Amino acid sequence: MTIDRSLVLYLETLARIRLSEEERARCEGELQSIIGYFDQLSALDTNGVAPMSHVLPLRNVMREDAVSSSLPTEKLLQNAPREKDGCFLVQRAVEG
Amino acid sequence: MPITDLTALELARELHARHVTVAEVLDAYYAAIAALDGQFNCYISLTPEHAYARAAEIQPRIDAGELRSPLAGVPVALKDLICTEGLETTCGSNMLRGFKPPYSATAADRLWAADMLLLGKTNMDEFAMGSTTETSAFGATRNPRSPAHVPGGSSGGSAAAVAASLAPIALGSDTGGSIRQPAAYCGVAGLKPTYGAVSRYGLIAYASSLDQIGPIGRDAADCAALFALLKGADPRDSTCVAHPDTPAAPIAGLRIGVPAEFFGEGLQPEVAAAVLAAKDRLAAQGAKVTEIRLPLAQYAIPTYYIVACAEACSNLSRYDGIKYGHSTAGAESLRETYIQSRSEGFGMEVKRRVMLGNFVLSSGYFDAYYKKALQVKQCIRRDFDAAFAQCDVILAPCAPTTAPKLGQSLSDPLKMYLSDIYTVMINLAGLPALALPCGEDAAGLPIGLQWIGRPFEEATLFALAGV
Repeated sequence: MTIDRSLVLYLETLARIRLSEEERARCEGELQSIIGYFDQLSALDTNGVAPMSHVLPLRNVMREDAVSSSLPTEKLLQNAPREKDGCFLVQRAVEG
Repeated sequence: MPITDLTALELARELHARHVTVAEVLDAYYAAIAALDGQFNCYISLTPEHAYARAAEIQPRIDAGELRSPLAGVPVALKDLICTEGLETTCGSNMLRGFKPPYSATAADRLWAADMLLLGKTNMDEFAMGSTTETSAFGATRNPRSPAHVPGGSSGGSAAAVAASLAPIALGSDTGGSIRQPAAYCGVAGLKPTYGAVSRYGLIAYASSLDQIGPIGRDAADCAALFALLKGADPRDSTCVAHPDTPAAPIAGLRIGVPAEFFGEGLQPEVAAAVLAAKDRLAAQGAKVTEIRLPLAQYAIPTYYIVACAEACSNLSRYDGIKYGHSTAGAESLRETYIQSRSEGFGMEVKRRVMLGNFVLSSGYFDAYYKKALQVKQCIRRDFDAAFAQCDVILAPCAPTTAPKLGQSLSDPLKMYLSDIYTVMINLAGLPALALPCGEDAAGLPIGLQWIGRPFEEATLFALAGV
């Protein structure tokens, strides 16, 4: 797997991160060595092995629906950089 | 002996015998922190207002003989990714500088219900991503045993505070070794509990399928006492389960597994010798030592970093500059608010892991990396199942070397990742492991071993510490 500048730029887009030119150059080499290291997994034969996302043998259990109180709006908004009328304030996302 | 040198259980006995008051204990600790923490940087924030107010509530109960737990009145330091209502919780990041959570973690609430109280919040690698506490936005922590060396990470502030007598006991979190490796580097004890033993509600998430909160203490008895307060099902964390206590297995006849793969190339000879000496002490008491195999050990690090980065990139997508955390000043669109807030708020190691996570999850690479890692994870768990058919506990080093010097790891991230070789497998398999000090190298730096057990068999691990 070769990591080039266009892949780094693509990953920045996916991650919603913008690196400086200097960081980008450094990152290219670092990602190359790390992903190169990841590539050794391809040597293992895992045919027929089920992927395991969780180690605990847990099953979903449904419980009776019960009404309980959640945190008050003011408390959840207290760390908001911008708020208005009890809502998070953001820039316009849809024109029209 | 100064009261700051007592273990948490010894301190509790002094408090409960009313030889000392909770406020006097706080005075002693805050004086020690004022004198020494400028040198070590264990703490990101101190919480004396909370602590003295709590002391005033708790002292009358102690005076009346109403002890809510064996550690009632004992102050504790919390790694700064455990949410504390109204008290700054930064996760070691500029992204959360100044963030005051609207609720507390279940783990913290359980300690307050046990009449413990908060000394302060400890330094850590940013978002727990690092093995040295050098990626913190609040400066590196130094190893109290040798300030030119790192304390390990990511729970380096908690381990260093306990080692430097700046906290009697602390909480850390362990995703790939972040309790055990700093405990080893600082010469203290630390438990990574079975996955699902301790609630993660209010723990700022790094890699949710691997993260566990656990105690760091002066000795194993302190860790056992704190773990007893922490564990148990929580309706707010569906992966946290109630489990009946498995009694400790007797030492006589206990089968100790020594994995050949953990004592080979790359292990500092002094570390190998000090760790292996533990099996001889146990053998003298009737334990049986057997060699076991963990053939996939060499694949543990790539598997761990793929899984952890994938989960991290998803977990950290919540930091968008809108709801809480750092928000950029001058962005003109919603998308630019996201990009600039994240680019300004995250440090380089976090950016790197978020990008790696996006890589392994992205279309075209998902099967070769993420799905493959989950398959190898399954195989690693099977290896441990096979190993535990032959033995009852596994002995391993915590890290290949003693603590490295400051500044050596930051220049090469892959090199830092490789130092997690003996710890990450245990998180992938969800097992409990107890780190204990077991000697020093020629330079006087502490060496740590870990006892690894079957799920929910922490009691057996604690029993081994006495030998």
